[in-house]
Formats: sequence, structure tokens, C-alpha cells
Amino acid sequence: MDTLLQQIVNGFVQGSVYAMVALGYTMVYGILGLINFAHGEVVMVGAMVALSVIQLLIDSGFPPLLILLISLIISVVVCMALGYGIERIAYRPLRNAPRLAPLITAIGVSIVLQNLAMMFWGREYHAFPSLLPNNSHMLSGAIITEVQILIVLIALGMMGGLLLLMHRTRLGRAMRAVAENPSAAVLMGVNINVVIAVTFMLGSALAAVAGIMVSANYGIVHYYMGSILGLKAFTAAVLGGIGNMRGAMVGGLLLGLIESLGAGYIGDLSGGFLGSHYQDVFAFFVLISVLIFRPSGLLGERVAERA
Amino acid sequence: MPHNQSFLLLALSIAILSACGESKKPVNSSIDELVVKIGAAAPLTGPQAHIGKDNENGTRMAIEDANTKGVIIGGRKARFELISEDDQADPKTATIVAQKLVDAKVNGVIGHLNSGTSIPASRIYSDNGIPQISPSATAVSYTAQGLKTAFRVMSNDGQQGKALGEFAAKILNAKKVAVIDDRSAYGQGLADEFIKSAQTNGAQIVTREYTTDKAVDFTAVLTSIKGKHPDLLFFGGMDPQGVPMAKQLKALGLNIKFVMGDGGYTPKLLDLAGDAANGVYASLPGVPLEQMPGGKDFSQRYEAKYKQPIQLYAPYCYDAVNVMIATMQKAASADPAKYLPELAKITHGGVTANIAFDEKGDIKGGAVTLYQVQQGKWQPLQIMGGNTAISAH
Repeated sequence: MDTLLQQIVNGFVQGSVYAMVALGYTMVYGILGLINFAHGEVVMVGAMVALSVIQLLIDSGFPPLLILLISLIISVVVCMALGYGIERIAYRPLRNAPRLAPLITAIGVSIVLQNLAMMFWGREYHAFPSLLPNNSHMLSGAIITEVQILIVLIALGMMGGLLLLMHRTRLGRAMRAVAENPSAAVLMGVNINVVIAVTFMLGSALAAVAGIMVSANYGIVHYYMGSILGLKAFTAAVLGGIGNMRGAMVGGLLLGLIESLGAGYIGDLSGGFLGSHYQDVFAFFVLISVLIFRPSGLLGERVAERA
Repeated sequence: MPHNQSFLLLALSIAILSACGESKKPVNSSIDELVVKIGAAAPLTGPQAHIGKDNENGTRMAIEDANTKGVIIGGRKARFELISEDDQADPKTATIVAQKLVDAKVNGVIGHLNSGTSIPASRIYSDNGIPQISPSATAVSYTAQGLKTAFRVMSNDGQQGKALGEFAAKILNAKKVAVIDDRSAYGQGLADEFIKSAQTNGAQIVTREYTTDKAVDFTAVLTSIKGKHPDLLFFGGMDPQGVPMAKQLKALGLNIKFVMGDGGYTPKLLDLAGDAANGVYASLPGVPLEQMPGGKDFSQRYEAKYKQPIQLYAPYCYDAVNVMIATMQKAASADPAKYLPELAKITHGGVTANIAFDEKGDIKGGAVTLYQVQQGKWQPLQIMGGNTAISAH
């Protein structure tokens, strides 16, 4: 019983990590219909920038939380600039091109970012200092750390914030207008270049936060960390219905649970025939099943039609 | 053009320099001198360059010692020459380098540094009948190919897994053991050997789990392991996975012994894991320098000569050369065809251990040292296997 409860907690935390990254994917997709495959790399850049800032400040004598806050702000700003740059250089020239073109560019951007990061930060693993309090708490038999609780809360907060932004603000209305019909939005006086740039910058800011939280949880960063995380988050977004904020959250949590329960029990259930290294296979099995049986995802509506 | 001029000047100076270098050698060689060429191959560029250079230094030291001492092979005074090549730790380059050494008609090869380079190169040496002694390749398959020319003076991963299993069951008294491996050739092979040896020594394997060499989240696997109440976890893999695993073990309240192979014995693990590193066990083939029969004297001489401490394998390279020379003396010939059969039978008291080879070319009773992180440093705990007790002569 304790084991099951612990696996559910594990899955919940892992799922929140996916959800944080999936929110960025889903926001860009919801507005542009573009799958920004470079999003995972922006998460990595966010983590790396934060790490560099922390390394600069660690001996300054500032309190740890202040250092983390400064690194968070700098990393968010850098990632927003990066998001703007990616949109301006790689996606805007292709805005009226066939859908496949920006998709391929996105993959290209992701490779470029990964290699630049490798050149800049090196190919070795780096330790991410633990600046957050990270005590463990018992939750009726299961253990959860403070960083993990924070991850779940931040993921929920991000989703709530984005929903508010989309439905309660002028900018949100402009975003939805662009999503519905870009040319009509222009005629209504919406500056779509600004709206799309802001969308990318917001998505990248979320990526920076996600990158820092992921690094704080695992305590280790690497130039390659964004690619698997990005793929899993993409799966989560598709599972929940890409383009849908609540869907990204639900999809992330479900994927986390499926992985953790799957990896935890498959060995025993299959009598050792299948092992826990199939953890990643579950994610992609889910992705394929969703694409076959419910292409619009669990909470998605009509997204498949959007161009 | 000034640009052209300076280029010419450079070319000229290189030509003069190389002429100087060459004109030296033939002068002091006399007719009855036997020239023995020893080939060496290691990565001299790239991320492992410092370790490769260390290997070259060890090899060079042995050769210069032999030349100073004066070695008689088959009644003729031998003069040893080192031909050192850079294999860049790359399997493809290793085969090119191997061919180059073969074409240079070397009498024997000390190398390569990595298993991944030693294995493809070994085929080429074998085809040309040239004895090869690797100072540091540990993959079991290097000597398992059935090549008569492949030897090593370092314990292999099989010997390492065996030592780890015995250490876990006998020294750490583990009764119920959980095993994870990263499904790489290294991790899987080591875990298999570990399990065999742990079971032979009376431990029970309660679960075998797997991960990949890119994973960072092991909470699901560790939770499942926790439900089986083991008292020790063995991980066959490298430090990038070992570090988050050690941290997550503690976060999940799973306070059991955590043991890794040489993939964990790195300074990087200490750096990455911080406090979570304390208490982690890992192994390294061979014995610590201070424990080697001739370690202290060797490291003093090495530091005096090269003005830097030994990185890793220099003493093993030194021994590899000396085993080769001792065999040539015994066979009274530096001809590979003549001294190769003797290599399988030789016993040589080296710096690192008393060296003798088994029928495959592996070192007999290869030693493995177990370390534990204590107060943020790797501390040697126990030497398993090995024949260091036999006095070196």
C-alpha cells in the first residue's frame, strides 16, 4: 500500500514536471498551430543560464533564496530574448509557408541550441546547487520533498495564470483572436507580430522556470537534458489535447502516473519478462495510441482541423 | 610577400629541427646493436589526452630505464625505441594507428588505453603476429576473442564484477540485494558478473531493475525496490545516473548501502552528488599507488622526471613494457614470432603486481580495490583478489 501511494506521489511530481513544459508547447500551438520542438532546448538553456548565475553569486554571501531569485529573473529574461530571437529568425519568415517547413525549422533550431549549449557549457554534467530547502515530508506513508511540492504548486499556478491571461486580459483576447483567424485579427486592429512575439516570450519564460525547477529537483544539468524532457512534454500535451491549457496539465499528470506505475509494476506483473527500462516506452506507446484513437487528445476540441 | 616569407622561414626552421632530430640517432648505433621498436598507442589529443599522455610517459620511462641499464637479448645489446601514436580514443583511428605501427615493424605494442580502441586494433596486431599488452582496457571481450597476441596487465570487468559481488556479500554482509543496470554493454556485463558472484557468496538477489544511460528520474524504480526491503543496491552504470540515484535513494528514505563499479569511481561523482555522495561504494581495477609493491619508488621517480603526478595508468604501462622486455630476454629474441609463446608463460615482478597471464591473456588474479566516499573523498577500503602478496623480485 505504501509502495502504491509512493508511486502515485512519484508520478504526480514527474507529471507536474511534464505539465510545466507541456504548457509552453500547448500555448504556442494553441495560438500558432506550430509545434515548437525547440521548447525543450529553451528549458535546458534556462537551467544552464540559472546555473551560471548561481555559480557567479554563490560566494557572494547573499542568502540562497535571493541568489535563486536573481538567477530566476536573469534566466527568464535570457530565455524571453531567446524565444523572441527564435521566432524572429526561424519562424516569422516561414509564417505563410506550408506547415511542414516551420516544423523542420523547429527541429533545426533545437539541434542548433543543443550544440551551442554544448560548446558554451561543455559536454559534461554539472551539479545544480541545492538552494531551496529540500526536507522530506511524510504524506500518510509516502515521502515527498519540499522541492517536489513546489513543482506541483508551480505547475498548477502556471496553468491558472495562463488561463486567466487568455480569458481575462486584452492580450489574451488578442491571442485568441490570432488563434481563431490571423487575417481577421489583423483587420480588427490586432498587431499579430507583437502578439506572436509575446506568445513566444511567455512560453520561453515558462520554460526557464520549468528548467530551474527540474534542475533543483534532480540536482544535475546537462546540455542534452532538454531533448527527452521536450519529447515527453510534447507527448503530455498531445495526450491532454494540444492547444488546451487544462489538457496539458491533465496530460502531464496522467503521463507521469502511467510512467511511474508502469515502471514500478511491470517487472513484477510480467514475471521479469519486461523490465523497468520500458519506462520511456510507455510514454511513446501512449502518444501513438492517442494519435490513433483520439487524435484531438483527451480534452482537445477540433484542434486537428486548424491550419 | 611578407606572409609568404614568414611561412618559408617557418618551413625552413622545421626542416632544420627535424634534421637535427634525425641526425642524432644513427651516430651512436653500432653494428651489433639490436634495435627493438616498441609501439605505444593512446589518445594524445581530445578529452582523454591527459590520461593518454600519462600512458606514454609510463611507457617512455620504462624504455629509457631499459636503455640506461643496458639489456642483452640473445647475446646482443638491445636499444629500445619508442614509437608513440595518437588514437584519439576513437575506434576507427585506432585501426589506422595499429596499421601504422605494424608498417613501422614494431616488435610489440603497449596499448591501447580504452577497451573501445584496444579491441578493433587487436585484430590487426593479431593478423601480423605482433604481441599487444594493454595497460588499461577492462572489457571482457578484449581477451575473449581468442587472439593469441592480446594481453593485459589490468584486471577486467569480469574480475571486477566478481570482486564487487564478494565484497557486497562477505564484507558488507548484504543478505538481500537489489540490482539496477543501465543496459549498456558495460553496465549490463558488470551487473551480470556481480549477481553471479553475490549469489555464490550467499546473498539473495531480490530484484533486478533497469534504466537507461540518459535517465535522471529513478523514483519509480527505487520505490519498487523499496517495497522489496533489500539491504544493498548495486548499480551497473556511470556517474551521471549514479548521482541522481544516490540522491533519490536518500530522498525516498531508503537508507541502504549503495555500490557501483568503476563507472562511479570518479572525482565528478563527488562534485555532482555533494553530501549525497557520502557512504557510496565504488571499485577500481588495480590497486592504489601506495599499495603497489613498487608504487612509492615509482611515483617518486615519475614525478622527478615529468614534474607532475601520475594520472592513472602510467605504472601499468611501465610494467607492460618490462614484461615484454623480460620475455624477450627469456626467449633470447625480439622477434615477435619467437618471444610471443614465452609471453604466455612469463612471471614478472612489476611495480603494480606480480604479473603472469592466464590462457586468455588476462592478468592472473587481477586485483580490484573497493573505495568508499568518506567526508567528501574517495577512501580505499579493501583490495579484493590480486597476488600482490607474492613478493616482487
